Amino acid sequence: MNDEGGSVSRGAESALGVPASDPAGRLDGPAVRRTAGRRLNPSLVVGGIIVLVIVLTALVSFVWTPYDATLVDPAVRLAKPSWSHWFGTDKFGRDLLSQIMVGSRTTLFVGLVAVGVAAVIGVPLGILAAMTRRWSSELIMRANDLLLAFPALLLAIMFGAVFGASTLTAMVAIGIATVPSFARVIRSGALQVMRTEYVLAARAAGRRPFPIALRHVLPNVTSLITVQASVSFAIAVLAEAALSFLGYGTPPPTPSWGRMLQESQEFLFSAPRLAVFPGVAIAIAVLGFNLLGDGLRDRFDPKLEDRR
Amino acid sequence: MSALVEEPEVAEQSDVLAVRGLTVSVRDKVLVEDVDLTVGPGERVGLIGESGSGKSLTALSVLGLLPEDVHAKGSVRLAGIDHDLIGADERQLARIRGRDLAMVFQEPMTALNPTMRVGDQIAEAMLIHRTVPNRRAARTAATALLDRVQLPGVARAYPHQLSGGQRQRVVVAIALANDPALLICDEPTTALDVTVQAMVLDLILQGVAARESALLFITHDLAVVATICQRVLVMYGGRVVESGPVHEVFTNPRHRYTEGLLAASDLDSAAHRLPTIPGNVPAAGNFPTGCVFRTRCAHATDICTTTPPWTGSASSGFACHHPAPDLVALETRRSSREVADD
Repeated sequence: MNDEGGSVSRGAESALGVPASDPAGRLDGPAVRRTAGRRLNPSLVVGGIIVLVIVLTALVSFVWTPYDATLVDPAVRLAKPSWSHWFGTDKFGRDLLSQIMVGSRTTLFVGLVAVGVAAVIGVPLGILAAMTRRWSSELIMRANDLLLAFPALLLAIMFGAVFGASTLTAMVAIGIATVPSFARVIRSGALQVMRTEYVLAARAAGRRPFPIALRHVLPNVTSLITVQASVSFAIAVLAEAALSFLGYGTPPPTPSWGRMLQESQEFLFSAPRLAVFPGVAIAIAVLGFNLLGDGLRDRFDPKLEDRR
Repeated sequence: MSALVEEPEVAEQSDVLAVRGLTVSVRDKVLVEDVDLTVGPGERVGLIGESGSGKSLTALSVLGLLPEDVHAKGSVRLAGIDHDLIGADERQLARIRGRDLAMVFQEPMTALNPTMRVGDQIAEAMLIHRTVPNRRAARTAATALLDRVQLPGVARAYPHQLSGGQRQRVVVAIALANDPALLICDEPTTALDVTVQAMVLDLILQGVAARESALLFITHDLAVVATICQRVLVMYGGRVVESGPVHEVFTNPRHRYTEGLLAASDLDSAAHRLPTIPGNVPAAGNFPTGCVFRTRCAHATDICTTTPPWTGSASSGFACHHPAPDLVALETRRSSREVADD
């Protein structure tokens, strides 16, 4: 997938005629946030466009879809793609394109909830671990390791069994399971910030730890948060698809890409398009968020700048 | 001549800063040992020495900003504060830092938060200690301070839009924002161009003079100390090896290390090779027993394995078994002999 992303990005670069990097931009200090003089990186552009298309699709689906996504029409059961049903219909005669459009809402909702839960818990934990004394920091990070060792899907299935299967419970569980990766990444970034002289200077100016965390550490790890969020988003989308496929995710009739895959199982040989369309949608969404994450990391991480 | 020697000592109570027996250690390694240091009101004191001599650690222990596993012992008293700064808790220290005691760090490129406008960073320094009534007043005061350091109209700039010298001036403005009783500068000009150095030094001097603040100036640049300080302490291997009025120490060094340091920075004698002190500063915590300088000293003998006693007064003296000849005393003796001969 990485290779594919690479060739796609190179193609996009020449197609877009992106100018070569501006050497003057590199003269600024390393701690400086550069706003100009950096070339647009291809994975950022491609990832950004894919994510934008998904968001637009979700927004459009609120006001318009070719058919009602849940409209059952036995007359056109398992219709092949045609001008009236671009992607064809499923076993109940529901329009596949409409379902995929509405399903993108589920996908985005899923990502937002999971990433939101993970970030709201993980970011403060990471900063806390970086700022507190050694033993409490160790305590947080070892508890983190414990959670990291627990499979995310298993946790989600347990949550589903206890609180009832729904998109929300599944995603809260996935969110909790991705807390450790957030905490870990943010801790390493925060440790770096804590070693800078401006934090020392803030302490020398009489700043208490909490305001330092809020005003000095947090703003300087936002780029890490953004990157981690886009990567976790992709994981959450995949997890929702897997859970829905297993029957622990989004319950019917709400359209979800994962459940569409599950329902396509019995027609895998007679009507493979039922699996192909949602499958491709999932693949593109995951690719889009991963590319966006990669692109953001390259954009924000000065250490990777010269390797490109 | 005798006036220099019998300079009246500043009474203890009136000192802005009084450090007694400061010892800093990490695990079993001693990094700074038994440092005594006083700074009188409005006095400008220099602290010089090579990298690794413990200058910065001394400053950080005064502020209580040592890393977690580094510990300080001894006593650090600040005028107007009724408790010792060593062993004080974070809450007590936070009240003092930035208000009574401010610090300018070495590296201006990283001393400012890249995500905050510089005006807000100056305003924040005042809002922390509520020395201004509200945010609006803090903004106004910040703009005034920026004008004072000759950076008008940059309040809304982010640090990356400023040069190193400009950033250091912002840092100086932040440090002086609350009119501290003592300003500590840790090599504030080392990272700057020579042309910018003079300007920043000038601003620091003007700033402390206008506020009648005392200044503790840490540097390894002897020329800077000579121009801005009244008194100087020479540190080596975590100890103060010599101290006294700048003129006296620089023209008549007694400790062999001070002597070597001055010879190595003597740029007038272009005729011969620049003298150096042989060897390197030992790694932190690995200084020899007895006199810390004996492994690099040409005059060292067996007696140097014992710690040399302090000779002279608390504010002017040295710790050396084989001190350099007292030029002033020699001069006096010679002139008196000449008088006798006549």
